[in-house]
Amino acid sequence: MSTAHPAVLTADHARVVYNEDTDRPVEAVRDITLELHRGEILALVGPSGCGKTTLFNAIAGLIPLQGGQVTVGGTKVEQATGHVGYMLQKDLLLPWRSVIDNITLGLEIRGCPRAEARVKAQDLIDRYGLSGFERSKPSGLSGGMRQRAALMRTLAFNPDVILLDEPFSALDFQTRILLQADVKRIIREEGRSVILITHDIGEAISMANRIVVLTNRPATVKSIYETPWGVEDVDPVAVRDRPEYQQLFSTIWQELELTPRH
Amino acid sequence: MTAIDPDSLSAAEAREARKARLFTRINKADSWFKVLGLSFMTPLLKAAAGDNPKAQLKEVWLLLGVPVLAICCFLALWANLAPKVQTSLGAVPGPAQVWEQAENLHADAQRENQKEADFYQRQEERNAKLEASGKSDKVKWRDYTGKPTYYDQIWTSIQTVFFGFLLATVVAVPLGILAGLSRVGDAALNPIIQIFKPVSPLAWLPIVTMIVSATYTTNDGLFTKSFLISAITVTLCSLWPTLINTALGVASIDKDLINVSKVLKMNTWTKITKLVLPSALPLIFTGLRLSLGVGWMVLIAAEMLAQNPGLGKFVWDEFQNGSSQSLAKIMVAVFTIGIIGFLLDRLMFALQSLFTFSNNR
Repeated sequence: MSTAHPAVLTADHARVVYNEDTDRPVEAVRDITLELHRGEILALVGPSGCGKTTLFNAIAGLIPLQGGQVTVGGTKVEQATGHVGYMLQKDLLLPWRSVIDNITLGLEIRGCPRAEARVKAQDLIDRYGLSGFERSKPSGLSGGMRQRAALMRTLAFNPDVILLDEPFSALDFQTRILLQADVKRIIREEGRSVILITHDIGEAISMANRIVVLTNRPATVKSIYETPWGVEDVDPVAVRDRPEYQQLFSTIWQELELTPRH
Repeated sequence: MTAIDPDSLSAAEAREARKARLFTRINKADSWFKVLGLSFMTPLLKAAAGDNPKAQLKEVWLLLGVPVLAICCFLALWANLAPKVQTSLGAVPGPAQVWEQAENLHADAQRENQKEADFYQRQEERNAKLEASGKSDKVKWRDYTGKPTYYDQIWTSIQTVFFGFLLATVVAVPLGILAGLSRVGDAALNPIIQIFKPVSPLAWLPIVTMIVSATYTTNDGLFTKSFLISAITVTLCSLWPTLINTALGVASIDKDLINVSKVLKMNTWTKITKLVLPSALPLIFTGLRLSLGVGWMVLIAAEMLAQNPGLGKFVWDEFQNGSSQSLAKIMVAVFTIGIIGFLLDRLMFALQSLFTFSNNR
C-alpha cells in the first residue's frame, strides 16, 4: 500500500492561529499530523469553514505556523524553494500570456532557458490534449481546458508536492468528472505526490489513495481512510459504480455529520 | 425528386467560405477602426458585403450621420450667432472668417519656409564664392532666425507636452507601483497626492520658473528655459492620474496571483515584471491617457506665461496683438488644440490596444 513509500511531505503537530496577538484569537488548525507519501494522492475533506484552506496555505508556506512544522523533503516549507506546486479552483492563468507562455512561467522563474522551457511545455501540451491551443490566450479556452493548462504549468515546474484546492469546483458536473479522470491519469503517469482539498466526498474517494477527514474548526484529524483502488483504477467514473465506493461514501458522510436536521 | 448538382453545391460552399473570410477580416479591422475613431467603417463594409444592409446603414447613420449632422448644426448656429456678438475687436468671427485665417496661416507658413530656403541658398552661394576666392577664413554658417511658422509652433507644443508627459510617466509609474504594493508606501504618498493633485498650473509656474532660472544657468544647453518651464509644469500637473491609476492597478491584483508568486518563490523584481506590471497595464494606460489629456490642457496655459514658442504663446501674442483678425486666429488655435488633443488620445488608445490584454484579445 501507499505507506510503503517514503514520506515526501510531513505535517508535524501543525497549528495555525489568526489574530494571536489580540484578545480574540481564532484557532483555525489545531495539532495536525499527517504524511504524504511519494506518488500518493491524499485527499482532505471536512465541513465547510473547518480550516481546510488554512491548512493548505500553511502547507504551501504562505502563512506562518504558530506551532509544529511542515517539511517537504526534510526542508521546512518556508525555506523550500519551488518544492510545492499550487492549483486552485481559479485557474490563475495570466490573461496576457498564451497557453504555452503560461506553462513555461515557473521554468522561466527558475532560470530555465526559454527554448528548453518551451520544449518541455510543448511536450506536456501534446501529451495531455491541448495541441492546437498553444498560442491561444486563456480567454479563448473553456473552463476545463484552462484547468488543464493550469495543471500543466504546475507539472512543468516539477514540484515535489502538488497542492490542489478544490480545483474542479467551479466547473459543471460533466466537465468536472472528465477532468477528474484526466488529472488522476496525468498525476499517475507523472508519478506526482498530491494533496487534494475538496468538499466533494465522491471526488475524494474516486481520486485519492487516502482520505483524511477533518473535524469542525479548529481543524484536527478525525480519521484517515485508505481507498481500496489498485494502481490500475484510474477512472474516477468507473469506481463510482462499485459497492466499496458507496460503503466508503456513507461512512465518511456519517463521520462528517452532514446529515440534514429535521 | 430534385437532383442536386455537386458542382453548384461546392461553388456555393466556396462562396460561403469566401464570405466568412471577408467578415472575419472586417471584424479584425473593426478594433483598429475603433482606435482611429472610424467606427462607422465597419457597418459600411458589412453593408457592402451584403450583411443585412438595412441594419448596417442604420448603424452608419448612428455612428456617422448623427455626428456629422450635429457638427453642421453647430456650424450653422455659430454662423448665425457670431455676427450678433460685438467685441472691442469687432464682431465674433464666424466659420468662414476662421477658415480664411486658417488658410492665411498656412500661406504664411509656406512663405516663411520659402524665405528660409532662400536664406540658406544665398548663404551657400556666398560661402562657395568665398572658398573659391581662397577666403575660407571668412566663411560663416548662420542659422535662420525668422519667426516660427504656425506649424513650428504646433510642433514645439507637441514636443513640450511629450517631454513633460515622459517625465511624469518616469516619476508616476514607479511611485504608483510602490504605493500599490506597499501599505506604507500608500500611506506615505496618499496625503501628498491629495494635496498637490488639485493645484493649478498657474500656481506651479512661478515656482518652476524660479527654480529653473536658478539651476539651469546655461544659454546653450539642450533645452531653452521656456521649454523646460512649460514641460516641468506639464509634468507636475499631469503625473497624478498615472500615479493614482498605477497604484490602483497594482493594488487590485488578484491576491491568489500574489500567492502564486510566493509559492513560485519569485523575487520582488520578477514579481513586478512578470505579474504586477502586466496585470496592472490596462489601468496604467488609462492613467497615461488621462495624464496626456491633462498635460495637453495645462500646456497651453504654461506656454502663455513661460513664453515657450508653441500654441499657447501664439494665442497670447494674438490676444496682445488685438488686430481685427486676432479673434479668428485664436479660434483657429482653439480648433487646432482640440483636434491635436483628440489625436493624442487616439494615439494613447492605440498603444493601449497594442500593449495590454483584454478578455477578448
